[in-house]
Amino acid sequence: MKYMLLIYGAEDAWTEQEQEDCMLESMAICDDLEAQGKYVAASPLHPVSTATSLRLRDRRVEVTDGPFAETTEQLGGYFIIEVEDLDEAISIAKRLPPAKKGTVEIRPVFPLPERDKVGDKSANRTEDTPN
Amino acid sequence: MSSGTNTQIDQIYREESGKVLATLVRILGDLDLAEEATQEAFVAAVTSWERNGIPQNPVAWLISTGRFKAIDAIRKRARRDELEPEVQRRIDDIQSANLSFAKRDIEDDQLRLIFTCCHPAIDRKVQVPLTLREVCGLTTEEIASAFLVPTATMAQRIVRGKAKILAAKIPFVIPNAEALPERLDAVLSVIYLVFNEGYSTSTGDSALRAELSQEAIRLARILAGLISNSEVKGLLALMLLHESRRLARTDAQGDIVLLEDQDRQLWDQALIGEGRRLVSEGLEMREIGFYSVQAAIAAVHAEAQTPEETDWAQIVALYNVLVQIQPTSVIRLNRAIAIAMSDGITIGLDLVDRLLREGGLENYHLAYSARGELLRRLGRVSEAREAFQHALTLAKQAPERRLLERRIASLT
Repeated sequence: MKYMLLIYGAEDAWTEQEQEDCMLESMAICDDLEAQGKYVAASPLHPVSTATSLRLRDRRVEVTDGPFAETTEQLGGYFIIEVEDLDEAISIAKRLPPAKKGTVEIRPVFPLPERDKVGDKSANRTEDTPN
Repeated sequence: MSSGTNTQIDQIYREESGKVLATLVRILGDLDLAEEATQEAFVAAVTSWERNGIPQNPVAWLISTGRFKAIDAIRKRARRDELEPEVQRRIDDIQSANLSFAKRDIEDDQLRLIFTCCHPAIDRKVQVPLTLREVCGLTTEEIASAFLVPTATMAQRIVRGKAKILAAKIPFVIPNAEALPERLDAVLSVIYLVFNEGYSTSTGDSALRAELSQEAIRLARILAGLISNSEVKGLLALMLLHESRRLARTDAQGDIVLLEDQDRQLWDQALIGEGRRLVSEGLEMREIGFYSVQAAIAAVHAEAQTPEETDWAQIVALYNVLVQIQPTSVIRLNRAIAIAMSDGITIGLDLVDRLLREGGLENYHLAYSARGELLRRLGRVSEAREAFQHALTLAKQAPERRLLERRIASLT
Protein backbone atom coordinates (compact mmCIF):
# COMPACT_ATOMS: atom_id res chain seq x y z
CA MET A 1 0.00 0.00 0.00
CA LYS A 2 1.45 3.36 -1.06
CA TYR A 3 1.00 6.51 0.99
CA MET A 4 2.06 10.04 0.23
CA LEU A 5 3.15 12.03 3.24
CA LEU A 6 2.63 15.70 2.48
CA ILE A 7 4.65 18.03 4.64
CA TYR A 8 2.92 21.28 5.53
CA GLY A 9 4.37 24.04 7.64
CA ALA A 10 4.96 27.74 7.98
CA GLU A 11 8.03 28.51 5.91
CA ASP A 12 9.39 31.05 8.38
CA ALA A 13 9.23 28.56 11.25
CA TRP A 14 12.71 27.21 10.48
CA THR A 15 16.13 28.72 10.96
CA GLU A 16 18.75 27.85 8.37
CA GLN A 17 20.46 25.53 10.82
CA GLU A 18 17.16 23.80 11.57
CA GLN A 19 16.47 23.39 7.88
CA GLU A 20 19.81 21.76 7.36
CA ASP A 21 19.35 19.45 10.34
CA CYS A 22 15.89 18.56 9.12
CA MET A 23 17.26 17.74 5.67
CA LEU A 24 19.98 15.50 7.06
CA GLU A 25 17.59 13.74 9.39
CA SER A 26 15.05 13.25 6.61
CA MET A 27 17.73 11.83 4.32
CA ALA A 28 18.76 9.38 7.03
CA ILE A 29 15.14 8.28 7.37
CA CYS A 30 14.93 7.82 3.58
CA ASP A 31 18.08 5.63 3.66
CA ASP A 32 16.57 3.60 6.43
CA LEU A 33 13.27 3.21 4.56
CA GLU A 34 15.10 2.26 1.38
CA ALA A 35 17.02 -0.46 3.22
CA GLN A 36 13.66 -1.87 4.32
CA GLY A 37 12.18 -1.63 0.82
CA LYS A 38 9.65 0.96 1.95
CA TYR A 39 11.01 3.98 0.11
CA VAL A 40 9.45 5.13 -3.17
CA ALA A 41 10.31 8.82 -3.49
CA ALA A 42 10.84 11.94 -1.41
CA SER A 43 11.85 15.51 -1.95
CA PRO A 44 11.73 18.93 -0.38
CA LEU A 45 10.20 21.71 -2.46
CA HIS A 46 11.40 25.24 -3.09
CA PRO A 47 9.44 27.87 -1.14
CA VAL A 48 5.97 28.90 -2.37
CA SER A 49 7.40 32.18 -3.60
CA THR A 50 8.75 30.11 -6.52
CA ALA A 51 5.38 28.52 -7.23
CA THR A 52 3.46 28.99 -10.45
CA SER A 53 -0.21 28.09 -10.78
CA LEU A 54 -1.87 27.23 -14.04
CA ARG A 55 -5.51 26.88 -14.92
CA LEU A 56 -7.31 26.27 -18.17
CA ARG A 57 -10.52 28.28 -18.42
CA ASP A 58 -12.54 28.79 -21.59
CA ARG A 59 -9.61 27.32 -23.53
CA ARG A 60 -7.40 30.05 -22.15
CA VAL A 61 -4.31 29.32 -20.13
CA GLU A 62 -4.13 31.34 -16.97
CA VAL A 63 -0.68 31.33 -15.46
CA THR A 64 -0.23 33.14 -12.18
CA ASP A 65 2.48 33.65 -9.64
CA GLY A 66 2.19 31.85 -6.32
CA PRO A 67 0.22 28.91 -4.95
CA PHE A 68 -3.43 28.27 -5.71
CA ALA A 69 -4.57 28.94 -2.15
CA GLU A 70 -2.93 31.25 0.35
CA THR A 71 -2.67 29.50 3.71
CA THR A 72 -0.38 29.83 6.69
CA GLU A 73 0.91 26.27 6.26
CA GLN A 74 2.55 25.62 2.92
CA LEU A 75 3.36 22.39 1.17
CA GLY A 76 7.10 22.06 1.73
CA GLY A 77 7.90 18.56 0.61
CA TYR A 78 6.69 15.02 0.29
CA PHE A 79 7.54 11.38 0.90
CA ILE A 80 6.03 8.43 -0.92
CA ILE A 81 6.31 5.20 1.02
CA GLU A 82 5.27 1.62 0.43
CA VAL A 83 4.07 0.09 3.71
CA GLU A 84 1.60 -2.43 5.06
CA ASP A 85 -1.14 -0.15 6.39
CA LEU A 86 -2.08 3.23 7.88
CA ASP A 87 -0.60 2.38 11.29
CA GLU A 88 2.79 1.81 9.72
CA ALA A 89 2.47 5.02 7.71
CA ILE A 90 1.63 6.86 10.94
CA SER A 91 4.65 5.38 12.72
CA ILE A 92 6.92 6.62 9.92
CA ALA A 93 5.24 10.04 9.77
CA LYS A 94 5.86 10.35 13.52
CA ARG A 95 9.61 10.13 12.92
CA LEU A 96 9.72 12.96 10.36
CA PRO A 97 11.28 16.11 11.79
CA PRO A 98 8.73 18.48 10.15
CA ALA A 99 5.97 16.82 12.20
CA LYS A 100 7.30 18.77 15.18
CA LYS A 101 6.67 22.15 13.57
CA GLY A 102 3.99 21.63 10.97
CA THR A 103 1.59 18.96 9.82
CA VAL A 104 2.15 15.70 8.02
CA GLU A 105 -0.88 14.81 5.94
CA ILE A 106 -1.04 11.10 5.17
CA ARG A 107 -2.87 10.27 1.97
CA PRO A 108 -3.33 6.79 0.54
CA VAL A 109 -2.21 6.75 -3.10
CA PHE A 110 -4.96 5.65 -5.44
CA PRO A 111 -3.60 2.58 -7.24
CA LEU A 112 -3.79 2.68 -11.02
CA PRO A 113 -3.53 -0.44 -13.16
CA GLU A 114 0.12 -1.23 -13.72
CA ARG A 115 1.61 0.77 -16.57
CA ASP A 116 2.74 -2.16 -18.69
CA LYS A 117 -0.76 -3.66 -18.58
CA VAL A 118 -2.25 -0.40 -19.79
CA GLY A 119 0.48 -0.40 -22.44
CA ASP A 120 -0.50 -3.94 -23.50
CA LYS A 121 -4.07 -2.87 -24.05
CA SER A 122 -3.08 0.06 -26.22
CA ALA A 123 -0.70 -2.25 -28.12
CA ASN A 124 -3.63 -4.60 -28.78
CA ARG A 125 -5.69 -1.72 -29.98
CA THR A 126 -3.02 -0.72 -32.48
CA GLU A 127 -2.86 -4.28 -33.79
CA ASP A 128 -6.61 -4.29 -34.28
CA THR A 129 -6.41 -1.16 -36.35
CA PRO A 130 -6.08 -2.12 -40.01
CA ASN A 131 -3.03 -0.58 -41.63
CA MET B 1 -40.44 -23.93 9.56
CA SER B 2 -40.72 -24.30 13.30
CA SER B 3 -40.91 -20.98 15.07
CA GLY B 4 -38.77 -22.48 17.86
CA THR B 5 -35.67 -22.75 15.69
CA ASN B 6 -36.35 -19.30 14.30
CA THR B 7 -36.55 -17.78 17.76
CA GLN B 8 -33.30 -19.49 18.69
CA ILE B 9 -31.61 -18.23 15.53
CA ASP B 10 -32.87 -14.73 16.31
CA GLN B 11 -31.34 -15.00 19.74
CA ILE B 12 -28.05 -16.34 18.38
CA TYR B 13 -28.05 -13.50 15.87
CA ARG B 14 -28.47 -10.90 18.58
CA GLU B 15 -25.88 -12.41 20.88
CA GLU B 16 -23.29 -13.87 18.55
CA SER B 17 -23.37 -12.05 15.21
CA GLY B 18 -20.80 -9.56 16.53
CA LYS B 19 -18.34 -12.38 17.17
CA VAL B 20 -18.96 -13.95 13.77
CA LEU B 21 -18.44 -10.60 12.06
CA ALA B 22 -15.29 -9.73 14.02
CA THR B 23 -13.59 -13.01 13.16
CA LEU B 24 -14.66 -12.79 9.52
CA VAL B 25 -13.28 -9.24 9.33
CA ARG B 26 -9.90 -10.53 10.53
CA ILE B 27 -9.91 -13.46 8.11
CA LEU B 28 -11.19 -11.49 5.12
CA GLY B 29 -9.61 -8.11 5.89
CA ASP B 30 -12.66 -6.40 4.42
CA LEU B 31 -15.53 -5.01 6.47
CA ASP B 32 -18.17 -4.97 3.73
CA LEU B 33 -17.34 -8.46 2.56
CA ALA B 34 -17.41 -9.72 6.16
CA GLU B 35 -20.81 -8.13 6.76
CA GLU B 36 -22.19 -9.68 3.61
CA ALA B 37 -20.72 -13.08 4.55
CA THR B 38 -22.18 -12.85 8.07
CA GLN B 39 -25.63 -12.16 6.66
CA GLU B 40 -25.36 -15.03 4.22
CA ALA B 41 -24.16 -17.39 6.92
CA PHE B 42 -27.27 -16.60 8.98
CA VAL B 43 -29.50 -17.04 5.93
CA ALA B 44 -27.88 -20.43 5.35
CA ALA B 45 -28.34 -21.27 9.04
CA VAL B 46 -32.11 -20.79 8.81
CA THR B 47 -32.46 -23.61 6.25
CA SER B 48 -29.71 -25.86 7.49
CA TRP B 49 -30.47 -25.70 11.21
CA GLU B 50 -34.17 -26.22 10.59
CA ARG B 51 -33.31 -29.48 8.83
CA ASN B 52 -30.33 -30.70 10.89
CA GLY B 53 -30.78 -29.03 14.23
CA ILE B 54 -28.66 -26.29 15.78
CA PRO B 55 -24.99 -27.30 15.78
CA GLN B 56 -22.96 -27.76 18.97
CA ASN B 57 -20.96 -24.61 18.31
CA PRO B 58 -23.15 -22.23 16.29
CA VAL B 59 -20.47 -19.50 16.17
CA ALA B 60 -17.94 -21.91 14.65
CA TRP B 61 -20.53 -23.09 12.12
CA LEU B 62 -21.40 -19.51 11.18
CA ILE B 63 -17.77 -18.41 10.82
CA SER B 64 -16.91 -21.43 8.64
CA THR B 65 -20.00 -20.91 6.52
CA GLY B 66 -19.34 -17.18 6.27
CA ARG B 67 -15.78 -17.83 5.12
CA PHE B 68 -17.04 -20.23 2.48
CA LYS B 69 -19.65 -17.71 1.29
CA ALA B 70 -17.02 -14.97 1.11
CA ILE B 71 -14.68 -17.08 -1.02
CA ASP B 72 -17.62 -17.81 -3.27
CA ALA B 73 -18.41 -14.11 -3.56
CA ILE B 74 -14.78 -13.27 -4.38
CA ARG B 75 -14.74 -15.90 -7.17
CA LYS B 76 -17.99 -14.62 -8.64
CA ARG B 77 -16.81 -11.03 -8.58
CA ALA B 78 -13.45 -11.97 -10.06
CA ARG B 79 -15.02 -13.35 -13.21
CA ARG B 80 -16.12 -9.85 -13.92
CA ASP B 81 -13.14 -7.66 -13.21
CA GLU B 82 -10.10 -9.06 -11.45
CA LEU B 83 -7.04 -10.91 -12.61
CA GLU B 84 -6.89 -14.59 -11.78
CA PRO B 85 -3.55 -14.88 -9.91
CA GLU B 86 -4.44 -12.03 -7.55
CA VAL B 87 -7.81 -13.58 -6.80
CA GLN B 88 -6.23 -16.96 -6.18
CA ARG B 89 -3.67 -15.40 -3.85
CA ARG B 90 -6.42 -13.68 -1.89
CA ILE B 91 -8.42 -16.90 -1.61
CA ASP B 92 -5.29 -18.77 -0.48
CA ASP B 93 -4.71 -16.12 2.20
CA ILE B 94 -8.27 -16.48 3.43
CA GLN B 95 -8.04 -20.25 3.47
CA SER B 96 -4.76 -20.27 5.34
CA ALA B 97 -5.88 -17.67 7.90
CA ASN B 98 -5.94 -18.98 11.43
CA LEU B 99 -9.42 -20.31 12.14
CA SER B 100 -9.70 -20.66 15.87
CA PHE B 101 -12.94 -20.79 17.77
CA ALA B 102 -11.36 -20.47 21.19
CA LYS B 103 -13.12 -17.86 23.34
CA ARG B 104 -9.94 -15.85 23.77
CA ASP B 105 -9.24 -15.77 20.02
CA ILE B 106 -12.76 -14.66 19.22
CA GLU B 107 -12.54 -11.92 21.85
CA ASP B 108 -9.21 -10.82 20.38
CA ASP B 109 -10.95 -10.46 17.04
CA GLN B 110 -13.63 -8.30 18.63
CA LEU B 111 -10.93 -6.21 20.26
CA ARG B 112 -9.21 -5.71 16.89
CA LEU B 113 -12.46 -4.48 15.43
CA ILE B 114 -13.03 -2.08 18.35
CA PHE B 115 -9.60 -0.54 17.84
CA THR B 116 -10.25 -0.19 14.12
CA CYS B 117 -13.65 1.49 14.59
CA CYS B 118 -12.17 3.84 17.22
CA HIS B 119 -9.03 4.61 15.20
CA PRO B 120 -8.01 8.26 15.64
CA ALA B 121 -7.89 8.63 11.86
CA ILE B 122 -11.68 8.23 11.88
CA ASP B 123 -13.83 11.25 12.75
CA ARG B 124 -15.11 11.11 16.34
CA LYS B 125 -18.70 11.57 15.14
CA VAL B 126 -18.20 8.44 13.05
CA GLN B 127 -16.34 6.31 15.62
CA VAL B 128 -19.34 5.93 17.92
CA PRO B 129 -21.95 4.79 15.38
CA LEU B 130 -19.38 2.66 13.58
CA THR B 131 -18.52 0.82 16.81
CA LEU B 132 -22.19 0.31 17.64
CA ARG B 133 -22.90 -0.97 14.15
CA GLU B 134 -19.88 -3.20 13.59
CA VAL B 135 -18.93 -4.34 17.08
CA CYS B 136 -22.27 -4.32 18.88
CA GLY B 137 -24.37 -5.28 15.86
CA LEU B 138 -27.00 -2.57 16.36
CA THR B 139 -28.92 -1.63 13.24
CA THR B 140 -28.47 1.81 11.70
CA GLU B 141 -32.12 2.60 12.58
CA GLU B 142 -31.52 1.71 16.23
CA ILE B 143 -28.39 3.85 16.43
CA ALA B 144 -30.12 6.74 14.69
CA SER B 145 -33.07 6.67 17.06
CA ALA B 146 -30.84 6.32 20.12
CA PHE B 147 -28.95 9.47 19.08
CA LEU B 148 -32.06 11.26 17.78
CA VAL B 149 -30.53 11.67 14.34
CA PRO B 150 -32.26 10.86 11.02
CA THR B 151 -31.45 7.32 9.82
CA ALA B 152 -30.08 8.66 6.53
CA THR B 153 -27.60 10.87 8.37
CA MET B 154 -26.44 7.98 10.54
CA ALA B 155 -26.18 5.67 7.52
CA GLN B 156 -24.01 8.27 5.80
CA ARG B 157 -21.65 8.49 8.77
CA ILE B 158 -21.25 4.73 8.90
CA VAL B 159 -20.60 4.53 5.16
CA ARG B 160 -18.02 7.31 5.50
CA GLY B 161 -16.24 5.40 8.26
CA LYS B 162 -16.15 2.17 6.32
CA ALA B 163 -14.89 3.94 3.21
CA LYS B 164 -12.07 5.49 5.22
CA ILE B 165 -11.04 2.13 6.69
CA LEU B 166 -10.92 0.64 3.22
CA ALA B 167 -9.24 3.47 1.30
CA ALA B 168 -6.68 4.46 3.95
CA LYS B 169 -6.18 0.81 4.89
CA ILE B 170 -6.71 1.14 8.61
CA PRO B 171 -5.57 -2.26 9.86
CA PHE B 172 -7.56 -4.71 11.95
CA VAL B 173 -4.99 -5.09 14.72
CA ILE B 174 -4.53 -4.59 18.42
CA PRO B 175 -2.06 -1.67 18.64
CA ASN B 176 1.45 -2.40 19.88
CA ALA B 177 2.52 -1.48 23.40
CA GLU B 178 3.91 1.89 22.30
CA ALA B 179 0.69 3.07 20.65
CA LEU B 180 -1.68 1.34 23.06
CA PRO B 181 -2.20 4.04 25.74
CA GLU B 182 -3.24 6.68 23.23
CA ARG B 183 -5.39 4.33 21.24
CA LEU B 184 -6.99 3.00 24.40
CA ASP B 185 -8.05 6.52 25.40
CA ALA B 186 -10.02 6.83 22.19
CA VAL B 187 -11.70 3.47 22.75
CA LEU B 188 -12.60 4.31 26.36
CA SER B 189 -14.17 7.61 25.43
CA VAL B 190 -16.25 5.95 22.71
CA ILE B 191 -17.45 3.34 25.20
CA TYR B 192 -18.28 6.02 27.77
CA LEU B 193 -20.21 8.03 25.18
CA VAL B 194 -22.22 4.94 24.30
CA PHE B 195 -22.93 4.29 27.96
CA ASN B 196 -24.00 7.85 28.65
CA GLU B 197 -26.27 7.90 25.65
CA GLY B 198 -27.95 4.85 27.13
CA TYR B 199 -27.98 6.22 30.66
CA SER B 200 -29.11 9.77 30.03
CA THR B 201 -32.77 10.54 30.47
CA SER B 202 -33.08 11.85 26.95
CA THR B 203 -36.18 11.09 24.99
CA GLY B 204 -36.43 7.94 22.93
CA ASP B 205 -37.03 4.29 23.55
CA SER B 206 -35.95 3.47 27.11
CA ALA B 207 -35.41 -0.24 26.36
CA LEU B 208 -33.13 0.69 23.50
CA ARG B 209 -31.18 3.04 25.73
CA ALA B 210 -30.74 0.37 28.38
CA GLU B 211 -29.35 -1.85 25.64
CA LEU B 212 -26.77 0.81 24.72
CA SER B 213 -25.53 0.89 28.31
CA GLN B 214 -25.40 -2.89 28.38
CA GLU B 215 -23.34 -2.89 25.19
CA ALA B 216 -20.92 -0.36 26.65
CA ILE B 217 -20.48 -2.49 29.76
CA ARG B 218 -20.01 -5.60 27.64
CA LEU B 219 -17.31 -3.88 25.56
CA ALA B 220 -15.53 -2.67 28.69
CA ARG B 221 -15.65 -6.17 30.14
CA ILE B 222 -14.00 -7.58 27.03
CA LEU B 223 -11.32 -4.87 27.25
CA ALA B 224 -10.77 -5.43 30.96
CA GLY B 225 -10.37 -9.15 30.36
CA LEU B 226 -7.68 -8.60 27.75
CA ILE B 227 -5.83 -5.49 28.88
CA SER B 228 -4.62 -4.87 32.40
CA ASN B 229 -5.02 -1.12 32.78
CA SER B 230 -6.32 0.96 35.65
CA GLU B 231 -8.38 3.24 33.42
CA VAL B 232 -10.13 0.28 31.78
CA LYS B 233 -10.99 -1.01 35.23
CA GLY B 234 -12.01 2.51 36.25
CA LEU B 235 -14.36 2.96 33.31
CA LEU B 236 -15.95 -0.45 33.82
CA ALA B 237 -16.38 0.28 37.53
CA LEU B 238 -17.84 3.71 36.84
CA MET B 239 -20.41 2.30 34.44
CA LEU B 240 -21.34 -0.58 36.77
CA LEU B 241 -21.82 1.81 39.69
CA HIS B 242 -24.06 4.10 37.62
CA GLU B 243 -25.91 1.13 36.20
CA SER B 244 -26.56 -0.17 39.72
CA ARG B 245 -28.85 2.83 40.25
CA ARG B 246 -30.80 2.54 36.99
CA LEU B 247 -34.01 1.27 38.62
CA ALA B 248 -33.90 3.82 41.43
CA ARG B 249 -33.20 6.87 39.33
CA THR B 250 -36.64 7.13 37.72
CA ASP B 251 -40.08 6.59 39.19
CA ALA B 252 -43.03 4.73 37.66
CA GLN B 253 -43.93 7.81 35.58
CA GLY B 254 -40.42 7.99 34.17
CA ASP B 255 -39.62 11.06 36.26
CA ILE B 256 -36.12 11.66 37.60
CA VAL B 257 -35.45 10.73 41.23
CA LEU B 258 -32.40 12.58 42.59
CA LEU B 259 -29.61 10.62 44.24
CA GLU B 260 -30.55 11.69 47.75
CA ASP B 261 -34.22 10.78 47.25
CA GLN B 262 -33.55 7.37 45.71
CA ASP B 263 -34.74 4.19 47.37
CA ARG B 264 -31.35 2.64 48.06
CA GLN B 265 -32.97 -0.78 48.41
CA LEU B 266 -33.37 -0.65 44.63
CA TRP B 267 -29.64 -0.27 44.04
CA ASP B 268 -28.19 -3.41 42.51
CA GLN B 269 -25.77 -4.65 45.16
CA ALA B 270 -24.13 -7.19 42.85
CA LEU B 271 -23.13 -4.42 40.42
CA ILE B 272 -22.00 -2.22 43.31
CA GLY B 273 -19.87 -5.04 44.69
CA GLU B 274 -18.21 -5.62 41.34
CA GLY B 275 -17.74 -1.89 40.80
CA ARG B 276 -16.14 -1.37 44.21
CA ARG B 277 -13.85 -4.34 43.72
CA LEU B 278 -12.68 -2.88 40.40
CA VAL B 279 -12.14 0.54 41.98
CA SER B 280 -9.82 -0.88 44.61
CA GLU B 281 -8.01 -3.04 42.04
CA GLY B 282 -7.50 0.07 39.92
CA LEU B 283 -6.26 2.15 42.84
CA GLU B 284 -3.78 -0.58 43.75
CA MET B 285 -2.22 -0.14 40.31
CA ARG B 286 -1.27 3.37 41.39
CA GLU B 287 -2.18 4.98 38.09
CA ILE B 288 -4.94 7.47 38.77
CA GLY B 289 -6.87 8.67 35.75
CA PHE B 290 -10.06 10.37 34.61
CA TYR B 291 -12.23 7.27 34.87
CA SER B 292 -10.72 5.70 37.97
CA VAL B 293 -11.26 8.88 40.01
CA GLN B 294 -14.84 9.23 38.85
CA ALA B 295 -15.42 5.57 39.67
CA ALA B 296 -13.98 6.14 43.14
CA ILE B 297 -16.45 9.03 43.63
CA ALA B 298 -19.34 6.84 42.49
CA ALA B 299 -18.12 4.13 44.90
CA VAL B 300 -18.19 6.53 47.86
CA HIS B 301 -21.83 7.34 47.04
CA ALA B 302 -22.63 3.65 46.68
CA GLU B 303 -21.14 2.86 50.09
CA ALA B 304 -23.53 5.18 51.94
CA GLN B 305 -26.59 3.38 53.31
CA THR B 306 -28.40 6.71 53.64
CA PRO B 307 -27.66 10.10 52.03
CA GLU B 308 -26.58 11.44 55.44
CA GLU B 309 -23.87 8.79 55.70
CA THR B 310 -22.19 10.01 52.48
CA ASP B 311 -18.51 10.74 53.10
CA TRP B 312 -18.50 14.18 51.45
CA ALA B 313 -14.97 15.00 52.65
CA GLN B 314 -13.71 11.97 50.75
CA ILE B 315 -15.69 13.04 47.67
CA VAL B 316 -14.19 16.56 47.84
CA ALA B 317 -10.70 15.04 48.07
CA LEU B 318 -11.40 12.97 44.95
CA TYR B 319 -12.78 15.99 43.08
CA ASN B 320 -9.61 17.86 43.96
CA VAL B 321 -7.72 15.14 42.09
CA LEU B 322 -10.22 15.11 39.22
CA VAL B 323 -9.95 18.87 38.55
CA GLN B 324 -6.20 18.37 38.22
CA ILE B 325 -6.78 15.73 35.55
CA GLN B 326 -9.54 17.54 33.71
CA PRO B 327 -10.22 21.12 34.81
CA THR B 328 -13.51 21.62 32.97
CA SER B 329 -16.26 23.92 34.23
CA VAL B 330 -18.63 21.00 34.79
CA ILE B 331 -16.15 19.12 36.97
CA ARG B 332 -15.38 22.28 38.93
CA LEU B 333 -19.12 22.78 39.41
CA ASN B 334 -19.48 19.25 40.81
CA ARG B 335 -16.55 19.90 43.12
CA ALA B 336 -18.25 23.09 44.37
CA ILE B 337 -21.42 21.13 45.15
CA ALA B 338 -19.41 18.51 47.06
CA ILE B 339 -17.74 21.31 49.02
CA ALA B 340 -21.18 22.73 49.84
CA MET B 341 -22.16 19.37 51.28
CA SER B 342 -18.91 18.91 53.14
CA ASP B 343 -17.81 22.36 54.31
CA GLY B 344 -21.01 24.35 54.34
CA ILE B 345 -23.68 25.48 51.91
CA THR B 346 -22.54 29.13 51.84
CA ILE B 347 -18.96 28.23 50.93
CA GLY B 348 -20.23 25.97 48.12
CA LEU B 349 -22.67 28.61 46.88
CA ASP B 350 -19.88 31.19 46.68
CA LEU B 351 -17.86 28.77 44.54
CA VAL B 352 -20.85 28.07 42.28
CA ASP B 353 -21.45 31.79 41.81
CA ARG B 354 -17.80 32.38 41.03
CA LEU B 355 -17.89 29.64 38.37
CA LEU B 356 -21.04 31.12 36.84
CA ARG B 357 -19.35 34.52 36.64
CA GLU B 358 -16.30 33.00 34.96
CA GLY B 359 -18.49 31.81 32.10
CA GLY B 360 -18.68 28.50 30.30
CA LEU B 361 -21.72 27.27 32.21
CA GLU B 362 -24.28 29.77 30.94
CA ASN B 363 -26.17 27.13 28.95
CA TYR B 364 -25.82 24.36 31.50
CA HIS B 365 -29.16 24.02 33.28
CA LEU B 366 -27.68 21.83 36.04
CA ALA B 367 -25.51 24.75 37.17
CA TYR B 368 -28.61 26.86 37.84
CA SER B 369 -30.61 24.04 39.40
CA ALA B 370 -27.65 23.30 41.72
CA ARG B 371 -27.57 26.97 42.66
CA GLY B 372 -31.33 26.88 43.27
CA GLU B 373 -31.00 23.86 45.53
CA LEU B 374 -28.24 25.48 47.61
CA LEU B 375 -30.33 28.68 47.95
CA ARG B 376 -33.36 26.60 48.95
CA ARG B 377 -31.34 24.94 51.69
CA LEU B 378 -30.33 28.37 52.94
CA GLY B 379 -34.00 29.38 53.06
CA ARG B 380 -33.56 32.01 50.35
CA VAL B 381 -36.75 30.88 48.63
CA SER B 382 -37.36 33.65 46.11
CA GLU B 383 -33.77 33.51 44.85
CA ALA B 384 -34.05 29.73 44.67
CA ARG B 385 -37.22 30.03 42.58
CA GLU B 386 -35.47 32.42 40.23
CA ALA B 387 -32.55 30.03 39.78
CA PHE B 388 -34.82 27.03 39.12
CA GLN B 389 -36.83 29.09 36.66
CA HIS B 390 -33.67 30.08 34.84
CA ALA B 391 -32.65 26.41 34.74
CA LEU B 392 -36.07 25.63 33.25
CA THR B 393 -35.43 28.00 30.35
CA LEU B 394 -32.27 26.00 29.56
CA ALA B 395 -33.46 22.41 30.16
CA LYS B 396 -34.59 20.73 26.97
CA GLN B 397 -35.57 17.21 27.93
CA ALA B 398 -39.06 16.51 29.26
CA PRO B 399 -38.05 14.54 32.40
CA GLU B 400 -35.60 17.27 33.39
CA ARG B 401 -38.20 19.96 32.84
CA ARG B 402 -40.77 18.06 34.93
CA LEU B 403 -38.23 17.71 37.74
CA LEU B 404 -37.58 21.45 37.75
CA GLU B 405 -41.29 22.24 37.65
CA ARG B 406 -41.84 19.94 40.62
CA ARG B 407 -39.05 21.63 42.54
CA ILE B 408 -40.42 25.08 41.82
CA ALA B 409 -43.90 23.95 42.93
CA SER B 410 -42.53 22.49 46.16
CA LEU B 411 -40.88 25.76 47.20
CA THR B 412 -42.76 27.40 50.03
